[in-house]
Amino acid sequence: MTSVPVGSDPVQEVGIVASGDVVKARQIIRTLAQQSRLSLVDQTKLVTAASELARNTVVYGGGGTMRACVARDGAKVGVWVQFTDQGQGIPDLELALTDGWSSGKGMGLGLSGARRLVDEFDLRSAAGEGTTVTVVKWVR
Amino acid sequence: MAGADMAQRLVQLLTDQRDAFVEQWVDTVVRSLRGRITEAELRRELTELYGAVLEALASGGLAPRAEHFAEVRSLLVELSRNRARQGFSPTETAISVFSLKEVLEPVLSGENDDIRAYLQFSRLLDDLGLFTVEEHGRTREEIISVQAEQLLELSTPVVKLWDGVVGVPLVGTLDSARTQVVMEKLLQSLIDSNSTHAIIDITGVPAVDTQVAQHLLKTVVAARMMGAECTISGIRPQIAQTIVTLGIEFGDIPTKATLSDALRHALAQRAAAGQAGGLL
Ligand SMILES: Nc1ncnc2c1ncn2[C@@H]1O[C@H](COP(=O)(O)OP(=O)(O)OP(=O)(O)O)[C@@H](O)[C@H]1O
Ligand SMILES: [Mg+2]
Repeated sequence: MTSVPVGSDPVQEVGIVASGDVVKARQIIRTLAQQSRLSLVDQTKLVTAASELARNTVVYGGGGTMRACVARDGAKVGVWVQFTDQGQGIPDLELALTDGWSSGKGMGLGLSGARRLVDEFDLRSAAGEGTTVTVVKWVR
Repeated sequence: MAGADMAQRLVQLLTDQRDAFVEQWVDTVVRSLRGRITEAELRRELTELYGAVLEALASGGLAPRAEHFAEVRSLLVELSRNRARQGFSPTETAISVFSLKEVLEPVLSGENDDIRAYLQFSRLLDDLGLFTVEEHGRTREEIISVQAEQLLELSTPVVKLWDGVVGVPLVGTLDSARTQVVMEKLLQSLIDSNSTHAIIDITGVPAVDTQVAQHLLKTVVAARMMGAECTISGIRPQIAQTIVTLGIEFGDIPTKATLSDALRHALAQRAAAGQAGGLL
């Protein structure tokens, strides 16, 4: 799932650098979610997850890119989103995914919450190596 | 023909037929702007610009970004800013400069020297024209950022709902800057209207993420420290489900489905506490 399923729509790519880009990311994901006909609840969940991941990219990743598309895998349709940055990376993945743990002043719910809000979640990172988070939300 | 000679040739040409050229230039530009600017104003602008270009050519040749073109550039900044503010497009702005070429074209002798001089001059005008486009863009950006700020203020009206109760309906995307403005305005209006209750209505907010939640929670805590109670209303089903899945807890902060529920709640609380007065 770290690469787009074959047969998916073309991937859009945008820079996620400033906090204004978080808003842009949300709008793009909202549009894709509507295109793929996710339910209103699932649209909101996916948009919120993307908002969290985009903000982490800006705040902790020092900026990066979002790639997203309407995903098609056999009979399944959904939205595939990937955030990549070349920032400081996450030294301890388990800790970062713990509810309430934040290395900054956050609530520490963004990463763990995003995982619960989507159907597929893949986090790859290591200290000093940047971070890539890939998520998919399928239409039920 | 060397650069300096070319500049001299141009200066001579532009000086000899000064009045006629300015007149034709004004004519051409007036037509392209189709009466959306008065001819008198345009004549004043272009006469001044013409004089400045002539002077720059006479004093230092054809390098448009060099020091001796400072006066020309500052006139162009003014021209571009005015055009941008009046709603002219970048093209319509640059045409004011480019059309000087058309004026010069018919008077060329066809001699090599003249043609070379014209090409140089035309390159100069290209550069000055692009400069107006840059300035036009810069002005538009300034206008947009001022408007964005005004919108920020406008889009967060804090209204008095009842004696002792204020409300703020949040609409649209909440970014950090906006939530900050809301929080400050809400706390200030609690004092200004001497209210004990505040209702934050999020019916119009498409998504509540951890950052928005954190700002809301901080606002509520700050209001409590001032002795006021906050209720959050307008939590739609999809937002409620998302908040719960995300793991955010609003703790003991009262939340209501609708603004009217929240108002009823606030009034009941005021009655129970025997609050006829306000915060102060
Ligand atoms: N892209 C990233 N690069 C480096 N570190 C990250 C990245 N994303 C998350 N982290 C680390 O993981 C921690 C947990 O992230 P999470 O989004 O859950 O919490 P938060 O951003 O601190 O607070 P919240 O998202 O609740 O406002 C962060 O505090 C940070 O240390
Ligand atoms: Mg986060």
